[in-house]
Amino acid sequence: MAVSDRSPIVTTRFERGDAHTLEGYLATGGYAALRKALAMTPDEVIEQVKAANLQGRGGAGFPAGAKWSFLPKDVFPRYFVVNGDESEPGTCKDRPLMERDPHQLIEGLLISCYAVRASQAFIYVRGEMALAQERLAIALNGAYAAGYIGKDILGSGWSLDVVLHWGAGAYIVGEETALIESLEGQRGMPRLKPPYFPAAKGLYMQPTVVNNVETLSYIPWVLQHGGEAYAAIGTEKATGLRLFALSGHVRRPGVYEVEMGTTTFRDLVEAPVYGGGMRHGNKLKAFVPGGASAPWFYPEQLDLPLDSSVVGPAGSMLGSGAVVIMDETTCAVRAAWRLVRFFAHESCGKCTPCREGASWIEKIMRRIEKGTGREEDLDLLLDVGDNISPGPFPRPAVDGEEAVPFPYKQTTICPLGPSTVSPVHSSIFRFRDEYRIHIKEGGCPYG
Amino acid sequence: MSRLNPGNVELARTIISRYPRPRSALIPLLHVAQEQEGWVSPEAMAHIAELVDLAPAEVLGTASFYGMFKREPVGRYVVSVCTNISCLLLGGEELLEHCERTLGIKPGATTSDGMFTLEDVECIAACTDAPCLQVNYRYFLRISHDEVDALVDDLRAGRRTDEVPPHGTLTRIRQDIRPERWVGRGAEGLPPEIR
Repeated sequence: MAVSDRSPIVTTRFERGDAHTLEGYLATGGYAALRKALAMTPDEVIEQVKAANLQGRGGAGFPAGAKWSFLPKDVFPRYFVVNGDESEPGTCKDRPLMERDPHQLIEGLLISCYAVRASQAFIYVRGEMALAQERLAIALNGAYAAGYIGKDILGSGWSLDVVLHWGAGAYIVGEETALIESLEGQRGMPRLKPPYFPAAKGLYMQPTVVNNVETLSYIPWVLQHGGEAYAAIGTEKATGLRLFALSGHVRRPGVYEVEMGTTTFRDLVEAPVYGGGMRHGNKLKAFVPGGASAPWFYPEQLDLPLDSSVVGPAGSMLGSGAVVIMDETTCAVRAAWRLVRFFAHESCGKCTPCREGASWIEKIMRRIEKGTGREEDLDLLLDVGDNISPGPFPRPAVDGEEAVPFPYKQTTICPLGPSTVSPVHSSIFRFRDEYRIHIKEGGCPYG
Repeated sequence: MSRLNPGNVELARTIISRYPRPRSALIPLLHVAQEQEGWVSPEAMAHIAELVDLAPAEVLGTASFYGMFKREPVGRYVVSVCTNISCLLLGGEELLEHCERTLGIKPGATTSDGMFTLEDVECIAACTDAPCLQVNYRYFLRISHDEVDALVDDLRAGRRTDEVPPHGTLTRIRQDIRPERWVGRGAEGLPPEIR
C-alpha cells in the first residue's frame, strides 16, 4: 500500500484551536508568505502559481494560474471572489478550512488579489455555516486592525478591502456565474455562456476571478516554498496534496489531506491512516468518486489513482473531492433516488430540460422505491435523462463493456442537469436487477 | 411584523457601504431582518427595498429563491436533519423519524408551543460526521437518538442558549472595519497602486 508520508500543508493548524485568532496564526508562521509576495512583482507571483500547477478544488479542476491569465489586460475595476458555498453532497472540506484556519485562506486571498491586481475581494460563505462565518469575521477583524488588510497593507503602499458575504441556502450558487448573480443580490441562476469565464465578464460585468476556498488555502505554501516545490509533489499530471472527504461505510470517515496521483481509491478506503477498511468488514458495492454529481465507480475501479487525467477517461471525475462509500447493505435504488431528490430540489428552474426533467426523474424513482414502479419505467428514466444529457453517458469499464469518458454532454447551461442523470444512469447500468426486483415485488427488498 | 429597528438600519447602512452597488447587500440585509424577527416579514422586505432602492417585489424575488429565508413565522429553534447520501447511509432517515416522534411533528411543521420547527434538509457539509443535524445552523455531529432527546429537553428548558441562539441569529460576531482602515475604492476604474 502506497500511502505517502508527505507532511500535510493546509491542515497543519487544525488541532490548535486558536488559528482563527491573529496571535495563533502568527505564532505558526502566518503572513510570512504575504510579506514575501509583497516584495515581488504581481507577475512574479503569478509565475509561481502557474509553476505550481495548482488545480482548482471547486469541482472543475481548472488550474488557478491559467484561470487568472484570462483576465483582460488593463480593465478595472476587477474583482476577486472566494467560493465558500460548499454544498455538493458528500463534500465537507472547505468548511474546516474556514472554521479552523481562516487566516490561511485570507492570506492566500491577499496574495492572489495582489497578483491579479484586484480592486476588491469578497468571501462568499455558505449561509448555513454559522461557525465558519464567525471564525472568518474574527480573523478578518484581526487582520484589518493589524494592517494585513485595508489601507497600505504592511506599509507596502498597496491597499485592498476584503468583505465577508454570506449566502442563504442554494446549492446552485456554487456554480461561479450563479455565485456572482447571488453576490449582486439576484436569484442565484447561472448565466448564459459564452463568456465562459467570469474573468472576461463577472461581478457587475467586470473582470472577476472566482476561486475555491481550498485552492486559495494552498497559495501561502506555494509562495513560501516556490511553485516548483509544489509541482514536485504527487505526479506530473496530478500535482500536490488535496483534501478528500471520505464518508459512508468505512471504519474511519474523515477529511484527509492526501498526495495526488500516487494515492489510489483503495488506499483511501483501506489504509489505517485513512478509511481503515470497510465498516463491519462488509463488501464494497459502489462508490461516488467525486461528489454527488459524479458517475459512480464500482469495486473494479478501486485501484485507480487520485488523478483527474486517469479518472476522467475512466468514466467519472474527482470533482469536489468527496468520496462516498456504499457497502453491500445499500439499496442502489434508494441511494440513487435520494441523490436525484437533491438535484430536483436544487434545480434553479432556468433551463427546461433540468427544471422539468429532474422532477420527473425524481417522481419516477420515488414510485419505484415505494413499490409502485412499472416495467417501462427504466426506459422512461433513461429517456428523460437523455433529454438532459444526450448519451452515451459516462461510465467506467465493467462487465466487458468499455468506459465512456467524462465529461457528460448537456442541453442545459450548467452541469446541474446532467448531475441528476449520474446516479440514475450509474445505478441502472450496474444494478438493473435491483430495479426489476423493486418493480416486480412491489417494494424495496432492503426494507 | 415590523420594519428594521434603528440599530439595524444603521447596521444595514454600514453593510450597504461595503459594496460597489447597494443591491449586493440584499442577502445580508435579509439576514439582519430575519435576526430581528426570527423570520422575514413583508414589512421588513419593503423596508429593505427602500434602503437599497428597489421595488418590494424585487426583494421578494431574491428572498424567495433562498431556502434559509422563512417568509412565515417558524419556531424559536429550527431543527434541520440531513438525509442526503452520506447521512442516509449511516442512519439519517432514522434520525429524522426519531426527531418526528420526539417533537411530535412532521418535517415542515412547528410545535404548538412555537419552540421547534422540523426540516428534512439537503447536505449540510458534515458528511464525514454522519448522521448529523443543525439547530439554527449550529452543528450536532454523529448525534445519537438519546442525544437528540437531551438536546430538545435542554432547549425547551432554556438551557444551552449560548450554544444555540434564537432562529435568525446567524453570526454573533460581525465584520468590523474601522473607517481609517477602509479603502473604499472597489468601484474605481484605475488599477490599484502597486509600488
